[in-house]
Amino acid sequence: MILKGTNLKLSFGGLVAVNNVSFEIEEKTIFGIIGPNGAGKTTLFNIISGVYKPQEGKLFFKDKDITNFPTYKRARLGIARTHQIVKPLSELTVIENVMVGACFGKKNYNLKQAQKVALDVINFVGLSTKMFTQAGQLNVAFKKRLELARALANEPEILLLDEVLAGLNPKEVDSMLNVILKIKQNGITIIMIEHLMHAIMKASDYIMVLDSGEKIAQGSPQEISNNQRVIEAYLGDPKLAMQLVGAK
Amino acid sequence: MQKGYTLFWLLPALIALVIYPIVTNNVMLRETVFLILLSITLSISLNIILGFTGYVSFGHIVYYGIGAYFAFYLMYAYKVSLIVSIVLGGLVSAAIAFVLGQAVLSLRGAIFAIATIGVNEAVKSLINNISILGGAMGLYFDFSIYDNYGGALKAIWLSYYLMGTLTILSVIAAYYIKKSKFGLGLFSIREDQDASAVLGIKTKLYKSLAYATSAFFPAIAGGIFAFKAGNIEPSGAFNLVKSIEMIVMVMLGGYGSVAGSALGALFYEKIKSILLVMPYVKDLHLAVSGLILLIIVQFAPSGIVGFLTKYFKNLRKVLE
Repeated sequence: MILKGTNLKLSFGGLVAVNNVSFEIEEKTIFGIIGPNGAGKTTLFNIISGVYKPQEGKLFFKDKDITNFPTYKRARLGIARTHQIVKPLSELTVIENVMVGACFGKKNYNLKQAQKVALDVINFVGLSTKMFTQAGQLNVAFKKRLELARALANEPEILLLDEVLAGLNPKEVDSMLNVILKIKQNGITIIMIEHLMHAIMKASDYIMVLDSGEKIAQGSPQEISNNQRVIEAYLGDPKLAMQLVGAK
Repeated sequence: MQKGYTLFWLLPALIALVIYPIVTNNVMLRETVFLILLSITLSISLNIILGFTGYVSFGHIVYYGIGAYFAFYLMYAYKVSLIVSIVLGGLVSAAIAFVLGQAVLSLRGAIFAIATIGVNEAVKSLINNISILGGAMGLYFDFSIYDNYGGALKAIWLSYYLMGTLTILSVIAAYYIKKSKFGLGLFSIREDQDASAVLGIKTKLYKSLAYATSAFFPAIAGGIFAFKAGNIEPSGAFNLVKSIEMIVMVMLGGYGSVAGSALGALFYEKIKSILLVMPYVKDLHLAVSGLILLIIVQFAPSGIVGFLTKYFKNLRKVLE
């Protein structure tokens, strides 16, 4: 087990964003997280990557307690992430962006080595034509790839993907999905948040479902798609829905 | 980041600028160039925190003042030699910046800018009230101090050589910082601090180190200036106007560019020297510098260098 969270809790004022969530993630798997808007998925990512500290609960990376590790230290351990709202380093070129990931990532590369790594990663995610473009001038699809490339340049053990498929057209989704599966084959554990059901069902080994900050289900994609509570969370009460339809 | 060719022309140009008054033995010209060199040093240094790291240090002149006072007092009270005094002044100023940075660099944007003005004014008031530092009247050298350097005339030449050396060193340092892994980290912080932390950069340490570096060179410049002037007073050492001028120089040249900071300082000094001698208006250069800043921010936010590289892409490698 590479990452474990126990009873994680974080609230903002009166709003409990993540409530008593526990999980265990096996190495070299894809762990999907789904849930309606506001379920606390991104907040959970922020807890894992260290942007927020949980008020309760603990986080373990390979049995080491990292609950109080600052953000940069987690990156150095090999926990890399992408952002739902992309954060390109706008006035730096694509290759410089990716080099930042390599320079300050797990291997702590110097500039020369970082450049090599960056070139490989850029080719891998299909950004080679945009190498010397300023990151701010890329379109959304390329910015998402850049997020991914920067995280990969860290040479991480765990990769957190926050809606990397959102806003892409079907063709782009397919090619991105292939990239993600290839990353898994390279032995990297992936935790991904995604709204595109068919994509996450196809990619994930396990799925955890959050609703209003709480974990309501976990299982294989098959189990999740037949789970009553999950359907309720997404569609409201199905019986009530049926009754309403019947009454008409 | 690939190294470009900026230093190949910038350094010879600077050396030529420094040497010209020496060769022609022109005292008037020496004074002009001294002020230009001072401005270049200030602008290059401010660029490290403003241009590389994205923090608008509005009261940056405070580190110039601290360095000047520290060095001056060492020479004045303990007869410490010039070189040792100015270097110590630089180190003390950098250390103070590093410590202060732990606090003020947590602020962002306009609030940081205002806080740095506060720091400058606070230090100025503090020194105004310390009687061993001469209070508001300041301190004056006994002229005999210059005897150790072969008399006042030679001492002035010495301070000129030192300023030239300092300027060249600060340009080299700024360029190598920009091209280093440290520099890449700073630029990353400038673009997005939160993303940088997630990418593994120790943002707090990096910011503080950049702040300390950008305080180091102005502090030494302050020491040299005070030595040359033979006196020091709070209103001169912590002059907020000078601080604003530094920002204008960096923005005029193009923030983030080493060559830009040097060019910005040069152009600004040129404009200022024209306006200063106009007989019928006083302090017009201040109004003009405000106007320049407005125009730059509005129409050419990346300054002269940004403007040039936009239209002549080949210049990018020589104007870094």
